[in-house]
Amino acid sequence: MYSVSELYIPQTLEEALAFLSAHPDARPLAGGTDVLVAMRNKKLENLRLMSLEKLPELEGIRLREDGVLEIGARTTFTQLAASPEAAVRAPMLRTAALAMGGPQIQNRATIGGNVCNGATSADSAPGLFALDAVLVLQSAAGTRRVPITDFYSGPGRVKRESTELLLHLELPPAASPRHGDCYLKFSTRKAMDLALIGCAAVCELAEDGTVSKAAIALGVAAPTPVRAAEAETFLLGRRPTLADLEEAGELALRSASPRSSWRASKEYREQIIRTLAKRAFRAAYETAGGVF
Amino acid sequence: MHTIQMTINGRPWSGAVEDGETLLETIRVRLGLTGTKRGCEVGECGACTVLIDGVPTTSCLYLSSLADGKSITTIEGMAVNGRLHPIQQAFVDAGAVQCGFCTPGMILSSYALLQRNPHPTREEIQTALSGNMCRCASYEQITKAVQMAADVLSSLCASQQQN
Repeated sequence: MYSVSELYIPQTLEEALAFLSAHPDARPLAGGTDVLVAMRNKKLENLRLMSLEKLPELEGIRLREDGVLEIGARTTFTQLAASPEAAVRAPMLRTAALAMGGPQIQNRATIGGNVCNGATSADSAPGLFALDAVLVLQSAAGTRRVPITDFYSGPGRVKRESTELLLHLELPPAASPRHGDCYLKFSTRKAMDLALIGCAAVCELAEDGTVSKAAIALGVAAPTPVRAAEAETFLLGRRPTLADLEEAGELALRSASPRSSWRASKEYREQIIRTLAKRAFRAAYETAGGVF
Repeated sequence: MHTIQMTINGRPWSGAVEDGETLLETIRVRLGLTGTKRGCEVGECGACTVLIDGVPTTSCLYLSSLADGKSITTIEGMAVNGRLHPIQQAFVDAGAVQCGFCTPGMILSSYALLQRNPHPTREEIQTALSGNMCRCASYEQITKAVQMAADVLSSLCASQQQN
């Protein structure tokens, strides 16, 4: 039995937004695989929960006419992994979805919940950072769009107002037909484990074969997911050599501030960051059609 | 309290459940179906796995109020007229049970796998069961049991088609 003061199950988005306006203390409940675990561990008690189970506005993945891929906040990791639209836009989203927890958790956990929970270890976060995802939040007062790179404010903290719901995520289309991506998760176990470091890379190539977009995003490398801006700037405009990738790995460390925990030491994480940044970008570059 | 109607192992059930009540508690306490095991209670061990509309779900992380209108399958729903389901029989034949605590969850995850993929590879079996832990570490026998069950089920299926 969870310590719940109330479980409200709205049937429409309007009901949900009105409830959040009236009860700013209410906690939206999507798959529950983070919120309920925190309650079980007594980190959260006597919560007023609002289930998102019945809201069709939060469901589904669709490719819009403007080329933007819209991913409903209640999309489960299983649905994300099975989506042909997502596989075309960014195959690494499937890799990330299947790297998260195990099958039962993937069947319940949602991408919106993963983001709003604010964990730096969220498997969906590095990919969404590297793809420049935009979050669409709605409250009774209106709609707001926030780049995911501005959404995290600290460990377990995001800039969702208490009256807002995350409706969906938008992924802009690739600017070049020659693009590739890669998500690498380093963890001790293959399933049911958090990342020691997660790293996503996106590469787009110009017609002359130089890098026209380089994005490298890291999870668990800092209190929030981060983009490795210096590494990206270094790679932009190049036809990278293997030595350049080594350099990019070193530069990725400048965006990171990993900490020691029982899972891994700071020094160990730094070595993993170097290595994953290099490998993930290499895979993205090669998928885009780049050769060394 | 929420009043819910659901189907458990093919039979309708309706009743009132507490707001903070988990499906695991409803199944074990209100329905007395204790084949679903209470393990870690944080979704990590898979011992409480049930099928909700055919989808493997850890019932410790599922609020009963949300089960309204759903069809739930527990391990008690696997045997028909006292005859073990071929997956259950395969677990017996392969010696895939030591303490048995993980077995109900393992069998339900295996059932869902074989429903969507009747001929899984060894790796696909291991992935499908990666959310179910066996602390006796009988993983080899469990993987073998699922392979045996897949063979039995596909030969049953083939003989039905011939008839």
